[in-house]
Amino acid sequence: MIAQQLINALTLGSVYALFALGFTLVFGVLEVINLAHGAVFMAGAYAALLLVTKANLNIWVALPLAMLASGALGLLIDQIVLKPLRGRRAHHLMPMIATIGAATLITNAAQGIFGAETSRFPLGTIPEESFQIGTIRITELQIAIVIISFLLMLLLMVILKKTRLGKAVRAVAENPQTSYLLGINVEGVFRLVSFTAAALGGGAGVLIGLSFNAIFPFMGQPLMPKGIAVIILGGMGDVRGAMVGGLFLGVAEVMSVAYLSSDYRDAVAFGLLFLILLVRPSGLFGRVLERKA
Amino acid sequence: MLRINGLTKQFGGLRVLDEVSFQVPEGIIYGLIGPNGAGKTTLFNLITGILKSNTGTVHLGDELLTGLPPHRVTQAGIGRTFQNIRIFREMTLLENVMVGMHDHLRYGLAGTLLALPSHRREEKRGRERARELLSWLSLDTKATIEAGSLSYGEQRKLELARALATEPKVLLIDEPAAGMNPAETEELMGEITCISRRGYTILLIEHDMRLVMGLCQRIAVLNFGVLIAEGAPAEIRCNPEVVEAYLGKDV
Repeated sequence: MIAQQLINALTLGSVYALFALGFTLVFGVLEVINLAHGAVFMAGAYAALLLVTKANLNIWVALPLAMLASGALGLLIDQIVLKPLRGRRAHHLMPMIATIGAATLITNAAQGIFGAETSRFPLGTIPEESFQIGTIRITELQIAIVIISFLLMLLLMVILKKTRLGKAVRAVAENPQTSYLLGINVEGVFRLVSFTAAALGGGAGVLIGLSFNAIFPFMGQPLMPKGIAVIILGGMGDVRGAMVGGLFLGVAEVMSVAYLSSDYRDAVAFGLLFLILLVRPSGLFGRVLERKA
Repeated sequence: MLRINGLTKQFGGLRVLDEVSFQVPEGIIYGLIGPNGAGKTTLFNLITGILKSNTGTVHLGDELLTGLPPHRVTQAGIGRTFQNIRIFREMTLLENVMVGMHDHLRYGLAGTLLALPSHRREEKRGRERARELLSWLSLDTKATIEAGSLSYGEQRKLELARALATEPKVLLIDEPAAGMNPAETEELMGEITCISRRGYTILLIEHDMRLVMGLCQRIAVLNFGVLIAEGAPAEIRCNPEVVEAYLGKDV
């Protein structure tokens, strides 16, 4: 029983981590709490649905394409909503509020186009195979979700840590002004990060859409507080923190559903978050916030 | 090499720089001195494009720098360090220096993902170059520690190494010895001389007169935004106007 629940938790947690990763990336580099991330998550799921139903693509072909589409949407949000505010040195709450507007617009557009009811992938889209190991049942989909999530997270970490592009991104995260003076194309980094973060968010949307086989315009909304919780838990802007935080939240949710009641799912998860923050106010991997000397 | 022609900067009614002109010949260490508020750092900010001048031009060789945004000025061949230290504290020394290198986004994301072998080669080259630059400033033994844990003097040197990573033709150094003890200053002078011998042209702002007189082949003196003297250290030392404005009676 516990092993089975752990596998379920790992699956859910890895998608949460993927979602939170994009969220934390934008916060770390652009210093914006992007409340449109949930809408991009939803848009990714719909993009995959369209590619599967209208273009008859295999879901594993549709997934990367849906991620590209979500990335493009993220880039669009950055250019239309966030860039004008950057230029004007706006108060730091303004971009956050502006992303609420973008989220509302995208969600309502989805509602107008697809209707408010839940859409589902056609039969045969989702791999139904499963493996029985003793008393534990693992579905092919679960394996795919975990592998894809971890591959994407690993790829991002390697790029950030090992490549020159990654160094430029981390330099901008620590101090955009100095980076600019050193000749780094800061706007280019912002565009790249917006795209990548949204692609990860959209990818998470596809995976959640698959695992519950339910896609609806408001599916991103419950993810937003979770995403915020995960990045606070992990340490604001920290990539490893988002991964560990996402997994933690997945475990907390699945376990409280399994052993208490689904009514307490969010209460337990957020209660644990609260307790951890009492002990470690800057999150699991957070440093004392100190930037821009 | 670097030609500054009639540069004027006004903040409201205050004229911080007034028709300043001088030339930094190739390959020398050129000193820029003057009392606090004389406009030295403002001049650096005008050269690097952070501030826009009211009138006047800056040329690097034949290239007009005036009007270019800061990152373009860097690409044109002006490297700089800052009076207040601006290193990336959460990155290692090596990474700090590599950030200074050009063309970070040449490959973009797709290139980074697809062209991994060639990319890795370039990364390796960059890392070797960064190590070399660190060794010029005797920082190579600390290459892989986080920059935030360096001493004040070492952080200044790291800024120098990072500025060199932009492969500048002219290196602008703003008060390198600020906050350094005499021994550190001595070491730094040796390192700046070495850098200069490697063919870099250096424009240096400094308060430490011993350092300026010992290091620079030519010196310009600013006082309240006006260039009051320009010449070899010996001439500057004897110039009565300079002595009165800046050096004091005991020099």
